[in-house]
Amino acid sequence: MRYLPKSPADRKAMLEAIGVNSIDDLFSPIPAEYRLNRDLKVPRQMAESEIVDWFRERSRENGDGHSTFLGAGAYYHYRPVIIDSLISRGEFLTAYTPYQAEISQGTLQSIFEFQTMICELTGMEVANASMYDGSTAAAEAVMMAVRLTGRRTVAVARSVHPEYREVLATYAFHQGMPLATISFSDTGRINLKELEAAITSDTACILVQSPNFFGTIEDVEAVAEIAHRKGAMLVVAIAEAISLGIVEPPRSADVIAMEAQSFGVPLGFGGPYCGVIATRESNVRQMPGRLVGQTTDRNGKRGFVLTLATREQHIRREKATSNICTNQALIALMANIYMTVYGKVGLKELARQNLAKTAYAADQFSKHGNILFSGAPRFNEFVVQTSEDPYAINSRLLGHKIVGGFPLKKFYPELGNASLWCCTELTSRSLIDTAAGHVAESERSVRSAKEETPEEVAR
Amino acid sequence: MKHFTRKATRHVSQNEGLIFEKSSSGKAAWRLAPLDVPEVDTEKLLGLSERKDLGNMPEVSEIEIIRHFTRLSTWNYAIDLGMYPLGSCTMKYNPRVNEVVSRLEGIANGHPYQPEKISQGAMRIIKTLSDCLLEITGMEAITLQPAAGAHGELTGLLLIRAHHDSKGAPRKKVLIPDSAHGTNPATAAMVGYAVENLKSNASGMVDVAALEAQMNEDVAALMLTNPNTLGVFEQEIHKIADILHAKGGLLYMDGANMNALVSKVRPGDFGVDVMHLNLHKTFSTPHGGGGPGSGPVAVKKQLEPFLPRPVLISKSDGTLGFDYDRPQSIGRVRSFYGNFGMFVRALAYILANGPDGLRQTTEDAVLNANYIRKGLEGVYDLPYSSASMHEVVFSDKLQAKKGARTMDIAKRLIDYGFHPYTTAFPLIVPGALMIEPTESEPKEELDLFIEAMRAIAQEVEEDAEVVRTAPHSTRVSRLDETAAARKPVLRWKPAEPKREA
Repeated sequence: MRYLPKSPADRKAMLEAIGVNSIDDLFSPIPAEYRLNRDLKVPRQMAESEIVDWFRERSRENGDGHSTFLGAGAYYHYRPVIIDSLISRGEFLTAYTPYQAEISQGTLQSIFEFQTMICELTGMEVANASMYDGSTAAAEAVMMAVRLTGRRTVAVARSVHPEYREVLATYAFHQGMPLATISFSDTGRINLKELEAAITSDTACILVQSPNFFGTIEDVEAVAEIAHRKGAMLVVAIAEAISLGIVEPPRSADVIAMEAQSFGVPLGFGGPYCGVIATRESNVRQMPGRLVGQTTDRNGKRGFVLTLATREQHIRREKATSNICTNQALIALMANIYMTVYGKVGLKELARQNLAKTAYAADQFSKHGNILFSGAPRFNEFVVQTSEDPYAINSRLLGHKIVGGFPLKKFYPELGNASLWCCTELTSRSLIDTAAGHVAESERSVRSAKEETPEEVAR
Repeated sequence: MKHFTRKATRHVSQNEGLIFEKSSSGKAAWRLAPLDVPEVDTEKLLGLSERKDLGNMPEVSEIEIIRHFTRLSTWNYAIDLGMYPLGSCTMKYNPRVNEVVSRLEGIANGHPYQPEKISQGAMRIIKTLSDCLLEITGMEAITLQPAAGAHGELTGLLLIRAHHDSKGAPRKKVLIPDSAHGTNPATAAMVGYAVENLKSNASGMVDVAALEAQMNEDVAALMLTNPNTLGVFEQEIHKIADILHAKGGLLYMDGANMNALVSKVRPGDFGVDVMHLNLHKTFSTPHGGGGPGSGPVAVKKQLEPFLPRPVLISKSDGTLGFDYDRPQSIGRVRSFYGNFGMFVRALAYILANGPDGLRQTTEDAVLNANYIRKGLEGVYDLPYSSASMHEVVFSDKLQAKKGARTMDIAKRLIDYGFHPYTTAFPLIVPGALMIEPTESEPKEELDLFIEAMRAIAQEVEEDAEVVRTAPHSTRVSRLDETAAARKPVLRWKPAEPKREA
């Protein structure tokens, strides 16, 4: 086996040194009746070339060569090549969690920079080293608000990513945290009247997402006002990090739960991604996850360490703020490099391009289909309602190697034939025109079908 | 240094400040393609939601970024540089072909919501890995959704909870041995279970009599690590499982130490009902400075209905698909399908090994741990003499008499060119030195490690101060962690407050 660095002579010499006759002697603690005395039924040992071939085949079966309009919590942005050049360095790739600070300063300093940039972008005072993803970050942020307020119930906007809400429901169920779901108005934003009525003296927090699942930017100030007036916290989830380049961050939030996938992390069929939680300094001791802090060594030299570990499971065990241990460090490094590449000016320009492409696309689509939620600003996603089932339109688009918008009926049956379309800096005008053309064609054929069979309509 | 170390030599290390300290207005590492649609009036589109300023985000050039992160990287220790003897962490070689295949176009850029018709490749990877892991564990159903080991524990306990609830008899407690990882009790608390401590016996194993006494109808499960954190196989595992099952409890196995067992024994065969695996330990996915991990949870048939949504299924037409119609499911624990990129790497590792490679891997891991044990026995105190599997736990009892504790010895190991072992864990061993070499170390590296550990033991005898103040060869000496926690500085701020223009 090519990963194993021993010759038969080495093994023999080592067994002799240990003082046993055969390797089987070292496995004698395992009761004989349970020992596996056969080969595992897994594929035979493959050559490297065979492994590459096998996965190339899988890659070809997996949408290789398709263009996409999908967003919905996972966004297709350009990834600068230096991200992979740098994260492939063995000293980053193959290092452990930086508990031994003296020989982990590279990882520690880079996390410190990541925390700083997340604070700059979100307008918060502290950010942690990462969480698994946006959905678990949102669930943990809500649990954090429950601990901080000592209250039990949570109001969640229905315009929060449906899978984030499902994860929160799983986490909340055994914590005895009742969840109230607040509907959206015809602007796509959270229904403030309904929210106002739902908040009680036992509401720990309100969870909204902005831009929300429909791409609509929430009126965070108005939601914050309601929350704070009633002594509750405001937790804001951000699934599309690029929006922070041009959309005012939710500065009045108490906790922000973010998904940083858009910052240079490949779509990768849903993971690994990079969640992160940011908040105010006063909340830091209830924050889950690792934190890096600045300090000095014995000679007064600046250095970085993992800090405030008394919040964490390896110290506090069942009294910890969370059970999280391994997080998404290497993915946070990707995001860190991405934020560094684009920086203060680039992120803004990039976000502006996303905005422009989406405005153009929404304009083109509006000539044929019905654009929902136009009454509030949006970032890089919009909802189109068509006469035909979006799955049918998408199926025709797929024939042209184009993946159409995300049909919403799976999560929002009340929206009927609506689908969620996303444009990024990588979505070309010609691709938008082609897709808009298919929507136009669909509307035309539905209309002419109606004209031909009026009795169908009458029924 | 009194004892010359053969493994490492000091060399020049570049200084490097924070990226913000290199930033100046007008530098850039990016260029966007020309916009092919009309420019927009952002103020008109966004109104009050428009952001004007991105604060102190850096402005630097590409070469500066390359140098910045390359310099930082050289301040890290890594598997690629040498042995990483962290007990219970299984820091093994991370094969590079895994990185290559995970970056193939369709695999790296597949969208989680793309139609199933063009997702067959990804689903085939999930299916093949699932089948392999089920065969390796001897379990009957699996979810790959959990993002790390602790997340797997959470999922596993939620499944156990759902199982008891479905029987109309929710239970209150989870038993956890005193040698367990901190994640175990933290997880039980998250699922709303009370934690009851289970004492270890004189051999460092579960005290079966105590278990029998503590087991009752209020106990939902026992969370057991096997081999346990002493590296000792729980020999009475069948009795343990029987005691739990007799009273309707379930046996949860923390699979952190699965590297000792693969192809030798299967948890499903010795009575485990639920377990998690750590793909970033046993199955070679890179630790990346703290993640990403992946924590698949494998279960027996009776727990299958409760698995997180969605579940991968084979359809009648031979294609694969996701089944969301799972009325008894505990729900989702993460968005989409988990850390898919880690599945790709773990499967590539299994394919590179095959059945023979996996067996040899386990044998070498156990061989290496026992070789170190033999080499250091007598020099360091061995608190439990039970046979070691893939790791060995010593204590600092002999060295502490001279004032050198496990953390001091660990820090001194850095000067000898090694990463420290795990210190002060498991908690049942005061001053523990927990050493797991994995199969990835050649005999030469093990000999250097043993030599270094022996040399340090001798230094403790001759001049303990040099050990107590180690490391002496790193960029920074021991850092003031107390100050870091007392007055936390968790982000950079510009030296001068920015003045309004």
